[in-house]
Amino acid sequence: MKNQLNTAIAFLSGFIMILAFFSANPGIVNFSQNLLTWVTIVGGISLLLGIVSILKVNLKAIQQRGKDWIFKLILVLFVVGMSVCGIAWGIEEKTPFDWLFQNIQSPMMSTMFSILAFFIASAAYRAFKARTLEATILLITAVIVMLGRTPLGQAIWDKLPSYADWIMAYPNLAVQRGIIIGAALGAAAMSLRILLGIERTYMG
Amino acid sequence: MRKRKIVPFSFLIIFFFIYLQPALSIASESTPLFRIDRINILVLFIIFCAVLLLYIRSARKGKKLFVRKITGLEAIEEGVGRATEMGRPVLFIPGIDELDEIQTIAGLSILSRVARITAQYSTPLKVPVNYPLVLAAAQESIRGAYLDAGKGDDYTPDMAQYVAGEQFAFVAAVHGIMHRDKPATNVYMGAFYAESLLLAEEGQASGAIQIAGTANPEQLPFFIAACDYTLMGEELFAASSYLSKESLMLGSLKGQDWMKIFLVICILLGVIFETLNIGGGFLYKLFIEH
Repeated sequence: MKNQLNTAIAFLSGFIMILAFFSANPGIVNFSQNLLTWVTIVGGISLLLGIVSILKVNLKAIQQRGKDWIFKLILVLFVVGMSVCGIAWGIEEKTPFDWLFQNIQSPMMSTMFSILAFFIASAAYRAFKARTLEATILLITAVIVMLGRTPLGQAIWDKLPSYADWIMAYPNLAVQRGIIIGAALGAAAMSLRILLGIERTYMG
Repeated sequence: MRKRKIVPFSFLIIFFFIYLQPALSIASESTPLFRIDRINILVLFIIFCAVLLLYIRSARKGKKLFVRKITGLEAIEEGVGRATEMGRPVLFIPGIDELDEIQTIAGLSILSRVARITAQYSTPLKVPVNYPLVLAAAQESIRGAYLDAGKGDDYTPDMAQYVAGEQFAFVAAVHGIMHRDKPATNVYMGAFYAESLLLAEEGQASGAIQIAGTANPEQLPFFIAACDYTLMGEELFAASSYLSKESLMLGSLKGQDWMKIFLVICILLGVIFETLNIGGGFLYKLFIEH
């Protein structure tokens, strides 16, 4: 019964969205916009679920003094601390919440992102080993593209950037478009399976 | 049984029409009901639905359908087996997008299949997510899979955890899980962005078998470089059908393939027509101008 109700909601919601896409009728379009607003409201309320999950999992680990429990304690303190700061003083500029965000959270996220440079180097080292013919072609192509996108490449040979551009605009774009068309068809087929209730595994 | 299926549908149809009725009456008489500029999409949509339904119908009648082997999906069971032998968990990440993203739903469908295997082998499963709605859906998916496998008692809601709402905070949390719990198999299925390589390289360094799948073409090279198996684009959406081996699901895959052939023919015709300058740009108008 529960699964059938879920399938029915999925079907009708999807059907209304399809109808709204093809219709210029403001009533139908407004109704579809209302559905999207409901999604936002449900998403907002569900944040509570997330906070409960974080606290439950981490408090349990702290209680059991599991591995690296001290980090979990810091996490719980900051979850509570940020919430208190946000509720008590708001989240505008020059509030404690903003200070914590600008001086702690934001630099930490930037640090995580900057690690990407090292990871790209290690991944490129593994990927560009010329062990087979395909890997060698990949290596040569990558060298042309990477050099062609830098002033050094231009200095070595002034035609290198135009070769790099050609690789990106033709062979690379053709393959990307192939993948995108395939993925779009896959997504459409999956959507139809969901609307018809054939695909229900995501509901449990 | 049939009556039980009809009841919820009838209820919902009545509810939606009661809700829609005033909305429809608001519409002014001058506005058209149908957007004529989207007729080309409607035609393609109808053809696509028809082909898909035709193949689903023939699958329902019992026609045997061949689907090519997808190595990455075959490796999932092998990966779970490895984790079981090593006594380590399986890490599954259903992307970092919200539940309204189709890739996330595809990821959750695959999670359900993976959870069924981990339930059979009694292998620990960890699913970190970064949206609370995805958390609720992942918990339901895992619970359903454990109940189906007859291991309902082994299920705990903590198998899926909400770890962070921000992209790079999520990455930091997952890195922590990889360091502490040393999962033997990492499965990444869904929508990934800049964090794809951060996750996959860390997993590679921890020595895990890694299987990834995404429909974001710009992230595919990173997964291919750092993972053992990668599902590209449509394979992600086909994964659930492939793993289920249900004829209805496989039927929709065959329909999708025929639609692809149709589009390839259209592209070839477009190239020929445009190169020879015949047809007055008919295909261009059909697919693009509208």
